[in-house]
Amino acid sequence: MSDARSEILSRVRDALGAAAPTPARIPRAYRPAGEHAAGSDEVLDLLVDRLEDYRAHVHRVTAAGLPGLLADLLGGTPGRVSGRVPGAAPARGARSAVVVPPGLDPAWLAGLADVDVRADTRDAPLAATELDEVGAVVTAARVAVAETGTIVLDGEPDQGRRAISLVPDVHVCVVRTSQVVQTVPEAVRLLDAHPERPLTWISGPSATSDIELDRVEGVHGPRTLHVVLVR
Amino acid sequence: MSTFLGMPAARGGSAPDAAAPDTLAGVGRPDDPLHWGASFPDAARTALANQQLRRNLGNATSTIRAKRARVVGEVPDWEELRDAGSALKADVLARLPELLEQLERNVTARGGVVHWARDAAEANRIVADLVRAKGTDEVVKVKSMATQEIGLNEALAEDGIAAVETDLAELIVQLADDMPSHILVPAIHRNRTEIRDIFLERMGDAPPDLTDVPRELAMAARAHLRRKFLSAKVAISGANFAVADTGTLAVVESEGNGRMCLTLPETLITVMGIEKLVPTFDDLEVFLQLLPRSSTGERMNPYTSMWTGVTPGDGPQEFHLVLLDNGRTTVLADEAGRSALHCIRCSACLNVCPVYERVGGHAYGSVYPGPIGAILTPQLTGEKSDLPYASTLCGACYEVCPVKIDIPSILVELRAREVELGGAAPDTSDRVWQAAMKAASFAMADGDRFRRAARVPRVLRAISRHGVIRRLPFPGSLWTRSRDLPEPPRQTFHDWWERRARQARQEDER
Repeated sequence: MSDARSEILSRVRDALGAAAPTPARIPRAYRPAGEHAAGSDEVLDLLVDRLEDYRAHVHRVTAAGLPGLLADLLGGTPGRVSGRVPGAAPARGARSAVVVPPGLDPAWLAGLADVDVRADTRDAPLAATELDEVGAVVTAARVAVAETGTIVLDGEPDQGRRAISLVPDVHVCVVRTSQVVQTVPEAVRLLDAHPERPLTWISGPSATSDIELDRVEGVHGPRTLHVVLVR
Repeated sequence: MSTFLGMPAARGGSAPDAAAPDTLAGVGRPDDPLHWGASFPDAARTALANQQLRRNLGNATSTIRAKRARVVGEVPDWEELRDAGSALKADVLARLPELLEQLERNVTARGGVVHWARDAAEANRIVADLVRAKGTDEVVKVKSMATQEIGLNEALAEDGIAAVETDLAELIVQLADDMPSHILVPAIHRNRTEIRDIFLERMGDAPPDLTDVPRELAMAARAHLRRKFLSAKVAISGANFAVADTGTLAVVESEGNGRMCLTLPETLITVMGIEKLVPTFDDLEVFLQLLPRSSTGERMNPYTSMWTGVTPGDGPQEFHLVLLDNGRTTVLADEAGRSALHCIRCSACLNVCPVYERVGGHAYGSVYPGPIGAILTPQLTGEKSDLPYASTLCGACYEVCPVKIDIPSILVELRAREVELGGAAPDTSDRVWQAAMKAASFAMADGDRFRRAARVPRVLRAISRHGVIRRLPFPGSLWTRSRDLPEPPRQTFHDWWERRARQARQEDER
C-alpha cells in the first residue's frame, strides 16, 4: 500500500486525467479599490456608520485629545475630553487593569498614571488566566476597511499577541485616519507584504446569530469594542 | 438519455418516526454522517407534519434571506465577484496537485506539520494519535464541516477523548445528542425555548433561573466554555481557506470561540478538505467579500483569523494540518459534477430553497443538507440516493450561489444517471414508474401518438374539485399521494392551435 500522500495526489491526477480543465484566466472585473481616497471624509464616515451598525463605540479625536479620551474610557484621571462616553463606564476593582502591547506609543497612555497598565510581550507573555483578570486592552491597528466596518491587526509590536486583544472584555483599538481604506481588496493588497504575520480581522464586538438568527453582541471575544479614530 | 424530473418512490429506509415532535432529545449520532435516517421522501413526510419545526425554519430562513438580499444589493460589483470566485475555484481544481504540494511546502517551511488522510477513518486516527501524544483527554473544537463529515467527535470519544464543541449552535446540538440541520446555523431547527430547556437539563452549570432571551442564553454558553478555553491544551479546527502560495490558513467566525481555539492552546490541529485551497493571498479579497454576505447576511463576519504555520511567541507553538480526501477525488473525476467542490459552505442555497425551508436539514440524512447537500452527498458517497430528487429545480440556489455552482443542472444530471442505471431491485412503485416512463417515451416519440394520448386526461375533469384533483386511483395514486394534480384543460394545446389556424384560414377566405 502506498502512503496516503502519494495515493491522494495520484487520485487527483487520475481524476483530472486527459480531460483536465484548462487553467482559466481569472476575470477580475471587480473593483480593486474604491472611489474615495484612504483617510478621506467619505471613507471615515462610511467606517463609522458600519461600526455603529455592529454596535461598536466610535470616537473621533485629534492626536492631542487621545490620552484624555483613553483616560476617560479606561478609568484614569479624566483628561481634556469632557463628559462620559455612553456605554463606556470605566471598570473598577480587580478588573481595572489594562494590558498593552510592548510597542504602543507611551504618549497615548499619559492619562493612565493611576491605572494598573501591564505590558505583554512575546518573550514575557501574560498567561491566559492572567489576561482574564485584566479588564481592557489598548492596541493600534494595521489597516481598516470602511465598506465592511473592519479593523485588521497583524501582531506587530503596537498590536501585540493575538491573545491580548481576545481575552479582556473591553478592546480599545486606536486607528489613524490615514489607515482607513474603502474596500477589502485595498486592505488585502496592503497586508500581502507580510502574509506570514498572524492576522485578526475584527468587525464589531463578538456576536452570535445562532438562536433564531437573532443577533446578540458579545459572546466569547471582547463584549465591548471601542474604535478610536485619530486624525 | 432520458431525464426524470419527478419524485422517486420511497425506497428502503425505516418507516416514518411517529414520536412526538417536541421532544428535547435530538436524532442521535449516526454511524455515517453522510447517510443516516429514513429515505428522503419518508423523512420529509415526517418533517412536514412537525408544525413547530416548520415555524422555526420559516422564521429563520425568511429573516436571513432578507438580510442577505440587503447586503448583497449594496455591492455594485457582486456579479463580477461571483465570476472571479467561480473562476478561481475552477482554477484550483485544474491545478490541484501542484497547489496542494505548494501549500504543503509553505506550511512546512513555517513550522507546521502536514498529514494526508485518504478517508474518514485515517483522518480520525491521525487526530486521535496527535491528541493522545499531548497527554490530554479533552479538546476544544471550532465548528467545522469536515470534522462533522468524518464523525471525528465520536471517533475521539471511542479513544476516551472528549471533544467540546464551542460554537453556540454546535454546543446546542452536542448537548441535545442531535445532528446539525443547517451548514451555518446547525441548531436552526430549535427555537429559544427549546434551547433554554436543553441548557437547563444538560449543560450542568446553567443558571437555574435562565430565561429564553437569546442574550442570556449566549451568556450562559460564555460562562460554561470560558474555563475550558483558558485551560485547553489542544484545539481542533476546520479551515475556510488555505492559501497555496503563502501557506496561510483562514477561519471565518462570529463568536470569538474560533479565536479562542486558534490562539490559546499550545497545539492546533486543523482538518481541511483538499478542495479548500485558493491560489494566492490576494485571492482572499474575493472570497472575504462573497462569503460573509452570502452566509450570515453581514457585510463582514465579526472575526476572521489567518495564520501561517507557527508564529514564535504568539499562538499555538505546534500546528498540524490534516488534508482530507474522503471522496473528494471521486467528485473531481466527474466532469459534470465536480463544480460541487467549488462550495465555500456559505449555506445561501439552503436559505432560499423551498424544499429545505419546509422539511429542514435532518430529512436529507447528511451533514450536508439542502441543495448543495443534494448534489454533494451522493457524489461523496458514490451511493444510490434519492437526494437529487429533493428539489423543485426552481433555480433559486444557482441565483444566490456566490461561486455560481449550477446546482439545478447537476441535479438533473444525477437524476438522469440514476434512471439510466435503474434500480438493482426495484419495488412495485419503481416498476410502475419505469413502465410509465417507457409509455411516455413511446407516446412522445411520435406526433400522432402524442396528440391522441394528450386528449386522454380530459376524462379526469369529472373528478376534479375547484380546479385540482387530490386523489387518483392506482397507479395515479403514486403521484397524488404527495401532490395535487391540476385539472386538465377542456382542450389540448394541439386542438386549440388547429382550431385557431382553421378559423384564421376561414377568415382569410371570407
